[in-house]
Amino acid sequence: MSDEFDKKIEAKADTIVDAGSVPSGSVPGIDYVPAHERPDQELYHSHSWWTTYVFSQDAKYIGIQYAITAIGTGLIGLVLSWMMRLQLAFPGLGILEPSAYYQFITMHGMIMVIYLLTALFLGGFGNLLIPLMCGARDMAFPYLNMVSYWEFLLAVLILLSSFFVPGGPTGAGWTLYPPQAITSGTPGSSAGIVLMLISLCVFVAGFTMGGLNYIITMLQSRARGMTLMRLPLTCWGIFTATVLALLAFPALLVGCIMMTLDSLLGTSFFMPAMISMGEKLSYDGGSPLLFQHLFWFFGHPEVYIIALPAFGIISDLISVHARKNIFGYRMMVWAIVGIGALSFFVWAHHMYVSGMTPWFGYFFATTTLIIAVPTAIKVYNWVLTLWRGNIQLTLPMLFALAFIVTFVNGGLTGIFLGNVTVDVPLSDTYFVVAHFHMVMGIAPILVVFGAIYHWFPLITGRMLHEGIGRIHFWVTFLGSYAIYFPMHYQGFVGVPRRYFEIYDSPYITTSTLHLNVFITIAALIVGAAQLLFLFNLIYSARAGKKAEKNPWKANSLEWLTPEMPPGHGNFGKELPVVYRWAYDFNVPGADKDYIPQTVPPSEVRSAKVEKT
Amino acid sequence: MKKEEGIFKILSQKPWEASQAVIDNNHDGKTFGISKAKLGVRTIMTVSTVIFSLFIVAYADRMLIHDWRSMPEPWLLWVNTAVLIMNSYFFHKVKVSADQNNNKEIRIGLYTVGFLAYTFLIGQLIVWYQLMSLDYFATSNIANAFFYLFTTLHGLHLLGGLYFWGKVTSKFLKGDYKLSSVQHAIELCAIYWHFLLFVWLVLFGLMLFT
Repeated sequence: MSDEFDKKIEAKADTIVDAGSVPSGSVPGIDYVPAHERPDQELYHSHSWWTTYVFSQDAKYIGIQYAITAIGTGLIGLVLSWMMRLQLAFPGLGILEPSAYYQFITMHGMIMVIYLLTALFLGGFGNLLIPLMCGARDMAFPYLNMVSYWEFLLAVLILLSSFFVPGGPTGAGWTLYPPQAITSGTPGSSAGIVLMLISLCVFVAGFTMGGLNYIITMLQSRARGMTLMRLPLTCWGIFTATVLALLAFPALLVGCIMMTLDSLLGTSFFMPAMISMGEKLSYDGGSPLLFQHLFWFFGHPEVYIIALPAFGIISDLISVHARKNIFGYRMMVWAIVGIGALSFFVWAHHMYVSGMTPWFGYFFATTTLIIAVPTAIKVYNWVLTLWRGNIQLTLPMLFALAFIVTFVNGGLTGIFLGNVTVDVPLSDTYFVVAHFHMVMGIAPILVVFGAIYHWFPLITGRMLHEGIGRIHFWVTFLGSYAIYFPMHYQGFVGVPRRYFEIYDSPYITTSTLHLNVFITIAALIVGAAQLLFLFNLIYSARAGKKAEKNPWKANSLEWLTPEMPPGHGNFGKELPVVYRWAYDFNVPGADKDYIPQTVPPSEVRSAKVEKT
Repeated sequence: MKKEEGIFKILSQKPWEASQAVIDNNHDGKTFGISKAKLGVRTIMTVSTVIFSLFIVAYADRMLIHDWRSMPEPWLLWVNTAVLIMNSYFFHKVKVSADQNNNKEIRIGLYTVGFLAYTFLIGQLIVWYQLMSLDYFATSNIANAFFYLFTTLHGLHLLGGLYFWGKVTSKFLKGDYKLSSVQHAIELCAIYWHFLLFVWLVLFGLMLFT
């Protein structure tokens, strides 16, 4: 960045106190805002290629680094799922050894949930959007933010290195339940599981640094006039998810630390007395159930750590592309906060068949059904936002619509599974696989795609290719239904999950086996469509159509930077001043169908917002 | 301008209404009237509290099982506890002298707290050594394992604090600082030290009475 610009920023810090003051004796005008009370943020200015692009302290670059790392790791997870599907469809070919199947299942689950979705939503979109949407020059602690990314990368590398150690990666399932996770006989029970646990600890440490930045930036460095209730819902989603993550990840950390000690030192935190291969092990008295409680005390909020940013982003996409203010903004915020609070009281619905007291299950079934209420409110509000909106069927909108359908679908099966009596027979079948892939695999990934199509111009200054995008959308949307709808049926028939081969079981009909082939082919096609998407990203970043400024005619601050893509310091010389919320679309009396957040009242005197 | 409205008041605002807009335009974009660093320290303390609470829950759950055999508390632990209390007390004194801009006392105070903190850590290591020479290993009983775990985690937290203590001290000794920033940094370190003392008292009490 040029020195001149740096000087301007510094100069601004000196003169800030006078900006906006009213000349004595005059009446404050309609646009009057009092002067900013705090000095402008001191920014770190990089001077070399390394500190600009590699060890960057600029949240936008860190966000992109997070996104690329997360997507790259996610591609490995995708390939693992292909291998598993091929094994299930064509067991005769012997594509995977049983142990490899379990290892792939474990790595696929862990990669997708934590290293792809959590890192992408919070690390990627969080870093990119929070400072821009709040009207800040950068995150509160840029250096810590940089360290957060490098710790994430380190965690990914440790995780992937477990493919190359003796015994391979852990095959304990992504839930890593002891005692089997560290007992011989489970793939990767020595080196693999330890690397997994260490990787998770590093991830949590890195995330805590990032999370600290996200919430403090949102709380303390917003632009003038930006109250919490004027923030776009994306910010609310990411904010609440970060709070959840800061409170829930410690449970994972605690579990990981104690299991690492069980594995390396031979303590018995979780390991009961047991006999393995005819020999009594030295463990005694540990409680495997304790680990399950710790894991799911993290694991269930984790679902919402992914879902809440998705909810927030989708609200913004729907509002912008339907040219209508979000229906029930306050209710949406309450629902996000309410879901966040409730998510800490439902964890044991993952443990109905774990051997805990069954009466416990009824308490958790009740809380689980209660959490469906705010979730349903959100769905109603999205539909009501669309109602009589000026719906633009752009790519982000298509993905947003697909998300609503998919989320409702996965949510409804969740209501089935939340009940103890229904869950017990279904819990080890493909019904559960179908449920959680719909609600927390496909639905958030559709949001990720929608968000990338929406914010790609902000990052690169170019639009993604429309035609390729439409092919990508329809193949992904229809294809994922082709994959997961049949799995619901398979679950009802009783096909067990986690089996690497079904063999000739008398109760499983041939048609079920044929379905497996069908699902695998659909999965291969959907996966291939993602390669098309990657091609689109690379191609459009270099040669895509130049985007005009604010291409979607949105109101929120990230589109209102002086240059697009935004430069170092985001907002040029002057920080923006905010006069309204982010949803002033089609306000009666206004000239245009949108009023950006920085437009002062004097410019839109005729616009009248209905009194509620 | 009024700051720090209650969460329910904030959540019930109607940001789209003209009357609310007039109020909102006056907002300076800050939710709490404290510095970012202070909010950061508070957040970190919250996260640490969650971590230690979960360990305590695990401890409470695990001690009900038949193989639990309590461990003796060596008298040195009481000495270490006293050192940590003095450490916290002296940090408070440094904070007071920093507020009064008393350079000499700040320097002596910073040295004292650093010395006490390292004394505490070395003391804890000696306790480990004593226990191990009496055959109380982490593997011999789960109560011992919890003891080593708690002391390690608490020690690591203290080392983290010492990193920031080192930063403040070197900044101060070089003389290259703004007074307000050093005062603020010392205040935050002091808060963190009091927090670690509190955590230690809880953990020590837990192990003493069970």
